[in-house]
Amino acid sequence: MPIATASQTIGPYWHLIEHPEWADLTRFGAVGERMTLTGRITDGAGALVTDACVELWQASPACDATFPGYGRAATDAAGMFRFTTIRPGPLPGPGNAQQAPHVALNLLARGILGRLVTRVYFAGEPLNDSDPILNLIDDPARRATLIAHATGPGAWHSEIRLQGAGETVFMEF
Amino acid sequence: MTEMFRPPAPNTQPNNNTPSYGSTQQRHPQQTLLRIPQTVTETSFPQFSPSQYPAIIDMARSGGHEAQGERIIVRGRVLDENGAPVRRTMLELWQANAAGRYNHPGDQHDAPLDPRFKGEGRVFTDDDGWYMVTTIKPGAYPWRNHYNAWRPNHIHFSLFGPAFATRLITQMYFPGDPLLALDPIFHAVPDAAARERLIAAFDIEITRPEQALGYRFDIVLRGRGATPMEA
Ligand SMILES: [Fe+2]
Repeated sequence: MPIATASQTIGPYWHLIEHPEWADLTRFGAVGERMTLTGRITDGAGALVTDACVELWQASPACDATFPGYGRAATDAAGMFRFTTIRPGPLPGPGNAQQAPHVALNLLARGILGRLVTRVYFAGEPLNDSDPILNLIDDPARRATLIAHATGPGAWHSEIRLQGAGETVFMEF
Repeated sequence: MTEMFRPPAPNTQPNNNTPSYGSTQQRHPQQTLLRIPQTVTETSFPQFSPSQYPAIIDMARSGGHEAQGERIIVRGRVLDENGAPVRRTMLELWQANAAGRYNHPGDQHDAPLDPRFKGEGRVFTDDDGWYMVTTIKPGAYPWRNHYNAWRPNHIHFSLFGPAFATRLITQMYFPGDPLLALDPIFHAVPDAAARERLIAAFDIEITRPEQALGYRFDIVLRGRGATPMEA
């Protein structure tokens, strides 16, 4: 049986495949409750990560010709990325469990040899309390790294720390 | 029950904490990764279509002009770990020009830019998993990881596949490159056979007379298997 090809870093020059419009998942005319998600990425020294490729994937709402479900954004000089998308709804989970609304993020950058995968949930969502993935995390401070906070109507923000104090929960599956 | 995507074969994927590659040192998580069950978020993905993501199959030509450098054809198959072709999937490629310079403001290497070479490609596999792209052979370039550090000639590849679990970013290298032995990014993959699979093969069947040398580069994405990772 063939073995999956090894990952290699996306490196510092991935901007050759950057298309800023991909950060807007509503660009094909999607209907639904619009939201923005911003994030700021810092490294183990607290330095801003200004050359990252951030990919967003959400299985809800279901992707179709008007909603790609996937987006890509670059971090800027302030380590910030920004997506415009449709607010996700709940999703089925393992067994009979229901997952709280969430998006997945795939972080790629110079110095990251494989992908770093995390999720973003939304503060105040009642289903968070019973989410089967969030409930795998015992430490409330660690769990909190996956919860975005509202910064205005339909505007959410997440702080992502790659390493050290307040390190974001990253996942394998 | 649908089978889950298999975990990586031992030592075939790089460790994010690779001290010989300096940039990893502040950018790798120190906490153990959280093992999660594969849900619909991990096992599905959009079908990227050339109608929304137009193909760029000839990177060696823009605006009717030929880029500087040695024209090459790269062709290969995208398979999953069960040997099945990954059909109609999108590949993105990007690379330095023949002089080893990226068409990117962040690249300050003192080598000439080629106005006829952007360095971006986008192709889709056919129903048997085959892809093909025309480009020029990228040059080696220096980087500041250590004294006299040079990246081997390489083309960056991005693949999507059928699921978020199959997303892959990798690099294709060229056979016989003496810089491979010295490259910490290549050597971040512990298993020697897994490293070798990142090196394309010269292929006379892909080579076109009077036109371009051909290289074969096959890529394998994670496949579903009978032994799901326990969450
Ligand atoms: Fe590169």
